[in-house]
Amino acid sequence: MANKSVVDFEAIKKDLANLPKPIQVLDENSKVVDQATFDSFSDEDLVEFMKKMVWERALHEQTMNFSRQGRMGFYAPTEGEEASEMGTVLAMKKQDYLLPAYRDVPQLIQHGATVTEAYLWSRGHVVGNEYKANAMMPQIIIGAAYDEAAGVGLGIKKNKEEDTIAFTYTGDGGTSQGDSYEGMNFAGAFQTPTLFIVQNNGFAISTPRHKQTAAPSLAQKAVAAGIPSVQVDGMDILACYSVAKAARDYITAGNGPVMIETLTYRYGAHSSAGDDPKRYRTEDEVKPWHEKDPLIRLRKVLEDKGLWSDEQEDKLVEEYKNSFKDAIKEADAVPKDKVSDMLKRTFEIPTPELRKEIEKFEAKESKE
Amino acid sequence: MAKMTYIKAITDALDIMLEDDPKTLIFGEDVGKNGGVFRTTQGLQEKYGEERVFDTPLAESGILGLATGLGVKGFRPIPEIQFMGFSFEAMDQIVGQAARMRFRFNGKQTSPITIRTPYGGGTHTAEMHADNLENYFASTPGLRVVMPSNPYDAKGLLISSIENNDPVLFMENLKLYRSMKDDIPEGKYTVPLDKANVVQEGTDITIVAYGAEVNEAKKAAETLAKDGVSVEIIDLRTVSPIDTETIFKSLEKTHKVVVVQEAQKMAGVGATVASAIAEDAILSLDAPIGRVAAPNSVYPFAQAEDYWIPGADEIVEKANEILNY
Repeated sequence: MANKSVVDFEAIKKDLANLPKPIQVLDENSKVVDQATFDSFSDEDLVEFMKKMVWERALHEQTMNFSRQGRMGFYAPTEGEEASEMGTVLAMKKQDYLLPAYRDVPQLIQHGATVTEAYLWSRGHVVGNEYKANAMMPQIIIGAAYDEAAGVGLGIKKNKEEDTIAFTYTGDGGTSQGDSYEGMNFAGAFQTPTLFIVQNNGFAISTPRHKQTAAPSLAQKAVAAGIPSVQVDGMDILACYSVAKAARDYITAGNGPVMIETLTYRYGAHSSAGDDPKRYRTEDEVKPWHEKDPLIRLRKVLEDKGLWSDEQEDKLVEEYKNSFKDAIKEADAVPKDKVSDMLKRTFEIPTPELRKEIEKFEAKESKE
Repeated sequence: MAKMTYIKAITDALDIMLEDDPKTLIFGEDVGKNGGVFRTTQGLQEKYGEERVFDTPLAESGILGLATGLGVKGFRPIPEIQFMGFSFEAMDQIVGQAARMRFRFNGKQTSPITIRTPYGGGTHTAEMHADNLENYFASTPGLRVVMPSNPYDAKGLLISSIENNDPVLFMENLKLYRSMKDDIPEGKYTVPLDKANVVQEGTDITIVAYGAEVNEAKKAAETLAKDGVSVEIIDLRTVSPIDTETIFKSLEKTHKVVVVQEAQKMAGVGATVASAIAEDAILSLDAPIGRVAAPNSVYPFAQAEDYWIPGADEIVEKANEILNY
């Protein structure tokens, strides 16, 4: 037996950890680190990005208020992820098909669902899923949408739909599910127009990113499927938008799928249903991420350019919050879902057994 | 009319539906160039091209997710799961995703998917290749489960399944693939997805069966006929939904019933039929409900398989027990 190894696995492993720097346009101190990309945005663009993030932050705050008042169902807080969520979705077009996960409701609204529908979805009302947007309802099984995104992409390709892609989101935890690999592998094998986005917010409920996988980056997980991938600073909306736009351009040119990992952070709880982040992380861990806050970062640039003021922002927040209050009133006014209607939508043609159940519930409901 | 095996009848149905509807797509492991490991899709890629009939990577969840995504984009996918034992890999995509689409979107998005998969014992295959898994799927709301017992039904039920706008699990019995031939009408015909078939009429006892057990029931009926017993055989054809009305009507005449299945006895199709009878037709009976099913073990390795699967002898024995009650 030769004792000199034919292969140096340790060197290969070290090489895996040799990652390129995540894409950034604005650094943590709001300094422009990619002047050419920065210059490609007009002042109006920059203001628009800021407004979208202020909108998402306001949506989060108002939704948490509603949640505390017992007026919401399931809600997954989005605070901290505004750049990642708004930056990527703003680079998409209305004809694109969105497959969101449960924390991607702001993108769903941005893509054409109404806030009222989002609230109804949260409350578990089917009307919340009847939006006009080209989108699936938020996925709970976080890897599953990756498989379906390959299918939607293949459908777009077979239909020869011009300038159209499928785009989907999962989180750091979602990349551990086998389905996320199967979906990327299918998309790669069929060269579908699909954009896979991983919002790495540091935690899958309580399990930190480093316990999720030994892979040095989540972007690397696409490499095995032959898909180009990149890490981007998920607290920098200009970087998130630019990378998502470049990915979309690459995909629509017929080059097959792309995967983006945004490095972001969830400031709050996993969900409004009793998760307490103090059980699994300290304030000291969270603090540096607040310093990277996506709103602070862009606000500073806008203020330096004289394009933004506190008064302007306060006014916007009030406007947005009022619109959310109107939306929840609209949601309140939607009649409750009935069991008979629920049974009717199980099949197009109800089975004989369901027909009996429908009659039974309709009789009950008519007496109420 | 042409004499066709069960497998040829299925190929014929697929051919007709590929011709009939340009939105139909066949895909799965080895279904393209190889024509499927059982040659069920033989010649279809040649005829319709790789755009319509294509091989996929080896991953069942990926295959079913692909189907749901294609459904959203207006296609009518006909994915194949190479052996039903592999469907565990796709459980979420079938039960958690495809079967819920209409419900989730109030019909605005649906899954008009027909999943074809071979199942069933008696061919001495490797492990995970023969299991009768209908019990898992028959309890899934939003999914129909179809189990044809003969070539004629296989063709007509498959066409109905593909035309149906909801997901259908179409289970093809391995042992029947090449063991029987029927006269099959040329061209398109359908067999309804919610109607059991009275295979033979009788007056003394009703045997309810489905899939390959229908043939065992026929053999049992021949044996019983020698003792002057007149047997009515009902073939469920679909195990979700179950056509209880046809069963109840039969019991008003025979007053006795044996419910037969190849699958393990626990919590399954036979149990559902028996409980429906107990709940709504017990007064038609003058003897207990008889059940014939496989024991509650893991599906056996090939050596013990033939003794484990319930056959005509067990049906005769149970029928005599009920008749002599």
